[in-house]
Amino acid sequence: MEREAMEFDVVIVGGGPSGLACAIRLRQLAAESGHDLSVCLIDKGSEIGAHILSGAVIEPRALNELLPDWKDRGAPLNTLVGTDRFLFLTETRAIRFPTPPQMHNEGNYIVSLGNVCRWLAQQAEALGVDIYPGFAAAEVLYHDDGSVKGVATGDMGRHKDGSEGPNFAPGMELHAKQTIFAEGVRGSLTKTLFARFKLREGVDPQVFGLGVKELWEVRPEKYQQGLVTHTVGWPMDSKTYGGSFCYHLEDNLVAIGFVTGLNYENPYLSPFEEMQRFKTHPAIRDTFEGGRRVSYGARAISAGGFQSIPKLSFPGGLLVGDTAGFLNVPKIKGTHTAMKSGMTAAESVFELLRAENEPGKEAVDYPHRLKNTWLWDELYRVRNIKPSFHWGLWPAMAYGALDTYVLRGKAPWTLHHHPDHEALKPAAQCREIVYPKPDGVLTFDRLSSVFLSNTNHEEDQPCHLTLHDDTVPTRLNLAVYAGPEQRYCPAGVYEFVEEAGQQQLRINAQNCVHCKTCDIKDPSQNINWVTPEGGGGPNYPNM
Amino acid sequence: MAGIAIPHVTYANLEDEMKILVAVKRAIDYNVKARPKSDGTGVDLANVKMSMNPFDEIAVEEAIRLQEAGKAGEIVVVSVGTAACQETLRTAMAMGADRGILVQSDDEVQPLAVAKLLKAIVDKEQPGLVILGKQAIDDDSNQTGQMLAGLLGWGQGTFAAKVEIGDGSANVKREVDGGIQTIALKLPLVVTADLRLNEPRYVKLPNIMKAKKKPLDTVTPADLGVDIAPRLKLLKVTEPPARAGGVKVADVNELVAKLRNEAKVI
Ligand SMILES: Cc1cc2nc3c(=O)[nH]c(=O)nc-3n(C[C@H](O)[C@H](O)[C@H](O)COP(=O)(O)OP(=O)(O)OC[C@H]3O[C@@H](n4cnc5c(N)ncnc54)[C@H](O)[C@@H]3O)c2cc1C
Ligand SMILES: Cc1cc2nc3c(=O)[nH]c(=O)nc-3n(C[C@H](O)[C@H](O)[C@H](O)COP(=O)(O)OP(=O)(O)OC[C@H]3O[C@@H](n4cnc5c(N)ncnc54)[C@H](O)[C@@H]3O)c2cc1C
Ligand code: SF4
Repeated sequence: MEREAMEFDVVIVGGGPSGLACAIRLRQLAAESGHDLSVCLIDKGSEIGAHILSGAVIEPRALNELLPDWKDRGAPLNTLVGTDRFLFLTETRAIRFPTPPQMHNEGNYIVSLGNVCRWLAQQAEALGVDIYPGFAAAEVLYHDDGSVKGVATGDMGRHKDGSEGPNFAPGMELHAKQTIFAEGVRGSLTKTLFARFKLREGVDPQVFGLGVKELWEVRPEKYQQGLVTHTVGWPMDSKTYGGSFCYHLEDNLVAIGFVTGLNYENPYLSPFEEMQRFKTHPAIRDTFEGGRRVSYGARAISAGGFQSIPKLSFPGGLLVGDTAGFLNVPKIKGTHTAMKSGMTAAESVFELLRAENEPGKEAVDYPHRLKNTWLWDELYRVRNIKPSFHWGLWPAMAYGALDTYVLRGKAPWTLHHHPDHEALKPAAQCREIVYPKPDGVLTFDRLSSVFLSNTNHEEDQPCHLTLHDDTVPTRLNLAVYAGPEQRYCPAGVYEFVEEAGQQQLRINAQNCVHCKTCDIKDPSQNINWVTPEGGGGPNYPNM
Repeated sequence: MAGIAIPHVTYANLEDEMKILVAVKRAIDYNVKARPKSDGTGVDLANVKMSMNPFDEIAVEEAIRLQEAGKAGEIVVVSVGTAACQETLRTAMAMGADRGILVQSDDEVQPLAVAKLLKAIVDKEQPGLVILGKQAIDDDSNQTGQMLAGLLGWGQGTFAAKVEIGDGSANVKREVDGGIQTIALKLPLVVTADLRLNEPRYVKLPNIMKAKKKPLDTVTPADLGVDIAPRLKLLKVTEPPARAGGVKVADVNELVAKLRNEAKVI
C-alpha cells in the first residue's frame, strides 16, 4: 500500500513525561549548540494528557534539571506534600506505621500528571517540537539492514471487517534517524521490539500492578490540602501484593487509587472490586461522605524495577520511561525516573546525530550514560523489595525493613521475578470471592465508572483487542480459570454471553481505557493489544 | 473555442468564485461527560478536552466538498472566543479551509452577540454562503444561524441534510419532523448543518503542518464595532435529575397500565 512519508531527525512515540522530557531536552541541546534538529512527537490520545493516569506525588528532581524555572513558567505543581501517613489496615482497624524512608515526601508535589504533561507539551511546542496528538503509532518500520526506520501511524476509517470505509485515510510513515519509544507501561510497539531485537534476553520478566483510580470532589471539611496516605493490608490477603494511595490535591479534589499486583493467583479476584471494597473501610470512607466522584480510570504500573530493565538501545532507536520499566517500586514513583531517562536519551541521541548524521545507527552509550545518573543508583538500591513480596506480606515487610534499614539496598543478592500471566491458579483450586454490591454513592459498578473516563472509540473499526486463537477464551480461560478477563478488565470490556447454547466471549472494545492489563494477565498470552484509531480511548481530565 | 456558449459561468480565479464563510465554535468534546461546578455557576471546564463543535465540523466539511466540486472559492473560518479558539481554527484549516479569523474575547458571548459579530465579518468578507452548525452541543441554543440570517436579511436553510448549489440559487434538503423538506433559496444564503449532511474527513498529519502556515487574523469585537454585552442572565447550572432504575414489564397490558397510572403519559 502506498503511504505518504514525512522525514524528521527524531520521532518520539508517546507524550507522557518521558517522551515530552526527551523532546524538550533535544530542542534545548539544539538551541544551545546551534546544531538544529527536527523533533516530532505523536500520542494516541485525542490530546496530550488524555491518556495519562497517575497518582501522583512527584519528585521534582528531574524537572528541576530540565526546566529550573518551572515555577515562573506556570507549571501545575501547586500542592506540596504536607502530612504523610502510612497505614496498615485490618478489616476494621487502621494501624499507623512509621512511613518507610523511600516513601518520605518532603519537597514533593501532589499533581495531576495529565495536567503536568499538558503543560510540558506547551513548553515543548514553544521550543519547536512538532506535537501531534490523535495519532497512534501502529507499526515499526525497518530499513533493509534491519535497523529501525521510523513508525507508521494507524489507518483511519476502516470498517469492522477491515475493509475501507468512505472516509478511509491510510496511515502516514514517519521516518527518523532515531525513533524513541516512550509508550509507557507495556508499550504495544515496544513489545514487538523486545521480540525482534531480543532486548529481554538475560533479564527478569517485567511484572506489573494494576492501578484503579478515582478522582473525588470532597466536602471542604473533609479536605486537607497536601495530605498523603498510603495503606497496605486489607482488602488484600497476605499473599497478594497491593496497596492504596490517597492524595489531597487543590480545590477539594482527592485522588484515591488501589494498586493490585498482577501476579495474583485467584482468578476470582477483581482489582476493580477490590478498589470499591477498599473505599468502604472505616478509616477511608469518611473522607468521601457527601462528596462526588468526578473521574475514573485505570492503568498498569511496571513493578519489576532494576532486574527487569531490558536492553535499551537498538539500531535506529531507544526505549525511555516505563515502557522500559524505570519505575521505583517501593516509592511507586516513575515520573522523575521516566523524565530522567528521556533526558539522558536525548543527550545520547543528540551526540550521536551530531557525530554521524545518518539513520539506523545505535546510540550505544545511552545505557552507560544512564548508569552514571542518580536514576540507576536509585533503582539498584530498592531492587529487592518488590520480589520479596512473593513470600507474602509479613515476610516481605520484614525483609523490606532489613533491606532498607540494615543493608541499605546493598545486599549482595538480587531476588527474581516470575511472569504475571503464569501466576493464576485453576479456579477449581481457589475460593470464589463474593464482592459487596455497589451502593451508587461510595461504591459503583464498572459501567457507571467507565462512563466517567470519557472513553470512546469509533465503533465501526477493527477490534483492537486481538486474539491469537479465538477458541482460547471459552476452551481455556472459561473452562479452567472461570473467565478471569471479566474480572481483571477495569472497564468491563470482556463479557461471556450465551450464544447458540454456548458461552462466547464478547469484546466491548469501545469501553477500553488502554490500561494494558489483558495484554499482561491473559494466562496463555492470547490477547494482543494493538492501537485502535488515533484519538480513541479515554479522555481523562485532571488525572 | 470562441463562440461556444457556456451555460454556467465557471471562473478560474479563486477571487471571483463564491466565497464561503464557516463559523466554528470551540466546545466541550462530545465524549466528555459535562459536570456542573459545585457552585452552579457553569460547567467545569478546567483541563477538560475541548474540540470543534461536531456540527461545525460538518459545516467545514460541506464547504470543502463544495470547493472540491468547483462550486466555491475561498473558505474562511471564523471563531469567536478566547485565544484557545486558534486551535479550533487550525483544525478547520487542517481539514481544508483556507484562512481563519479569530474574534477574540475573553467575555461570555451569547448567540445574539455571535450573530452580530458574524454579520460584521460578512459585511467585510462578502461571502456568497455562510455555513454554521445547527447548534452547539454545549449550550444547545440553536439560534445563531437563524439570527445571523435575520440580521443580514438573507434566506436560511436550517437543519440541512443536503445542499445543492445552482446558479445564483440553492436547494436545501431539511430534516423536519416526519420527513425531508426541500426548499429553493436565493444566494447569498445562511445554511446550518445537521448531522446527516456529510461525514467529516479525518485530518491528515501533513495537513496539520500546512495549516500552521495558513493565515489567521485576530480582531476584537471593538474593532468590529459590536456590543457583545450579554442579554441573557444565567441563573444556575445543575445536573439533570438522576434517572430512576428501569423495570421489566411482563406484557403489553402491564406496560399500558404503568404508562397510564404511574408515568401518567397516556
Ligand atoms: C495508578 C498509578 C499511580 C501512580 N502514582 C505515581 C506517583 O504518585 N508518582 C510518580 O512519580 N509516578 C506514579 N505513577 C507512575 C507514573 O505515572 C509513570 O511512571 C509515568 O507516567 C511514566 O511515564 P511514561 O512517559 O513512561 O509513560 P506514560 O505516562 O504512560 O505515557 C505514555 C504515553 O504514550 C502514549 N502511547 C503509548 N503507546 C503509543 C503508541 N503506540 N502510539 C502513540 N502513542 C502512544 C500513551 O497514550 C501515553 O500518553 C503511577 C502510575 C499509576 C498507574
Ligand atoms: C454529533 C452529535 C449529534 C447528535 N445528534 C442528535 C440528534 O440528531 N438528535 C438528538 O436528539 N440528539 C442528538 N445528539 C445528542 C445525543 O444523542 C444525546 O446525548 C442523546 O440523545 C441522549 O440520549 P440518552 O441520554 O438517552 O442516551 P445516552 O447518553 O447514549 O445513554 C444514556 C443511558 O442510556 C442507556 N443506554 C444506552 N444505550 C442503551 C441500550 N441500547 N439499551 C438500554 N440502555 C441503553 C445507558 O445505560 C446510559 O446510561 C447528538 C449528539 C452528538 C454528539
Ligand atoms: S480491554 Fe484490556 S487494556 Fe482495555 S481496559 Fe480492559 S484490560 Fe485494560
